[in-house]
Amino acid sequence: MTLGGKAAVTGIGETDYTRDAGGRGVLTLQLEASLAAIADAGLRPAEIDGIVMPIGLGATVAEDFVTNLGIPDLRFSTTTPLGGAGAVAAVQCAAAAVAAGLCRHVLLPLGRTGRTGSRIGARIHQMPQFRTVGEFEAPVGALAPAQYYAPMARRHMELFGTTSRQLAEIAVTTRQHAILNGNATMTAPMTIEDHQASRMIADPLRLLDCSLESDGAAAVVVSKADAAGDLRQPRVLLTGLAEGHPDSPSTITQRPDMTRLGLAKAAPRAFAMAGVTPADIDVAEIYDCFTYIVLCQLEDLGFCGKGEGGAFVEGGALGLGGRLPVNTHGGLLSQSHMAGMNHVVELVRQLRGQAGRAQVADAEVGLVTGYGDLGDGTIAIMARA
Amino acid sequence: MITAMPSKPVPEPTPESRPYWQGLAEGRLVLQRCADCGRVRHYPRPLCDACHSFAADWVEASGAATLHSWTVAHHPYHPAFRAELPYVLATADLAEGVRLVAQLRGAAVLRLGLPLRIGFEPAGEGLVLPVLRPAG
Repeated sequence: MTLGGKAAVTGIGETDYTRDAGGRGVLTLQLEASLAAIADAGLRPAEIDGIVMPIGLGATVAEDFVTNLGIPDLRFSTTTPLGGAGAVAAVQCAAAAVAAGLCRHVLLPLGRTGRTGSRIGARIHQMPQFRTVGEFEAPVGALAPAQYYAPMARRHMELFGTTSRQLAEIAVTTRQHAILNGNATMTAPMTIEDHQASRMIADPLRLLDCSLESDGAAAVVVSKADAAGDLRQPRVLLTGLAEGHPDSPSTITQRPDMTRLGLAKAAPRAFAMAGVTPADIDVAEIYDCFTYIVLCQLEDLGFCGKGEGGAFVEGGALGLGGRLPVNTHGGLLSQSHMAGMNHVVELVRQLRGQAGRAQVADAEVGLVTGYGDLGDGTIAIMARA
Repeated sequence: MITAMPSKPVPEPTPESRPYWQGLAEGRLVLQRCADCGRVRHYPRPLCDACHSFAADWVEASGAATLHSWTVAHHPYHPAFRAELPYVLATADLAEGVRLVAQLRGAAVLRLGLPLRIGFEPAGEGLVLPVLRPAG
């Protein structure tokens, strides 16, 4: 049996994305997005019988949703604590649960007060996946994701000639998409020169290579495929799903090849499950905690060879009408840092033909990825059906 | 009035890593080695991933290293490091086949493969950290 085609994303919901949710807590934000996703699917809250909580930072638990939504019979709940890979891991987990018959409609809520709550440099050291670097690397001054990931980008530059201006292409295109979205935090136009003039954070990563700190929530509903046809929206099937972990997953320092992520292992499995190749992908929502992580994933996904990502992204290739439209909502870089659940929402929107001014013409097959600390990869391939 | 300065993060050694930190305190970089198959591993951990032996001993590193990659830290993620900015965080290939992250001082030019030497710097309260400098 294959998991491909057994489940569908039937509902999507988002709050407003801001830098200050105005006193709304994480649970309130998640409930807002959840109600929107459940209504979008044409379901009643009482019909939700599964919950998968991505990220696993422990701010809220499945019981909170049973209590607030009045769910009478929750049959399945778990967490997918893979950091930024957690949202897509939750999609895979929910698909497996409905395919196995454990439940029919799974809610995946993700919300945070990443801007008004604790900030990244403090937050990550509460995450168990940072335990090793916390002991051995934080004492010498390596404290935050930008500092852990920058050596991957630097080595890529030294080995392959990748440039900061090529990273800028990713930031600029992503901003153009955010401007079209209508629910994005960053809406001022950006040029490559703006990127080059932005202050250095962790060389070679500049401020405009880094994602946002955001308040808000996003949620989706994953349903058994044969239930999806009865619901409100055009059906978007999950055709390929996979998770992959890099060598030396606890520390980038000790990774034999630090230019290769866990996604390099996951992507071939997902493409095989879906029966498609990178050439079939009409739109890609790629986890973008930093510009370089997008470039590296494009290689690991097979859109180009290792070391060719810099040339691949040049000349607006990732824009609407380009070779591969990427992060059509503005991503974590310019829309909001919803740890990739906003990427899942956007892919569904594209495949339904509901992406408004950012709609990719005739989008039928797309993919969404997750990237979690310190290199875990997840991927979901979806198709309009 | 006393203004409290948040202190730098300090390691919380585990049973497996205590000899590593103790070695640094004595001005030696020691690496964990499988007592059965001889494979050197870093960072310290309970099990050899090659032969699954829990038995380990310790070997002193030669101090020779080369530059594998680096970043230059500019943003103050932690107030206790603000005064040191900008500083180079180097990932170094050790002669023993594992890598180390430490601050790199005194390098005029950074390039892959740059020969380095490991040194030691007191960081207060008995903690000693490794530091890298260009070799020769």
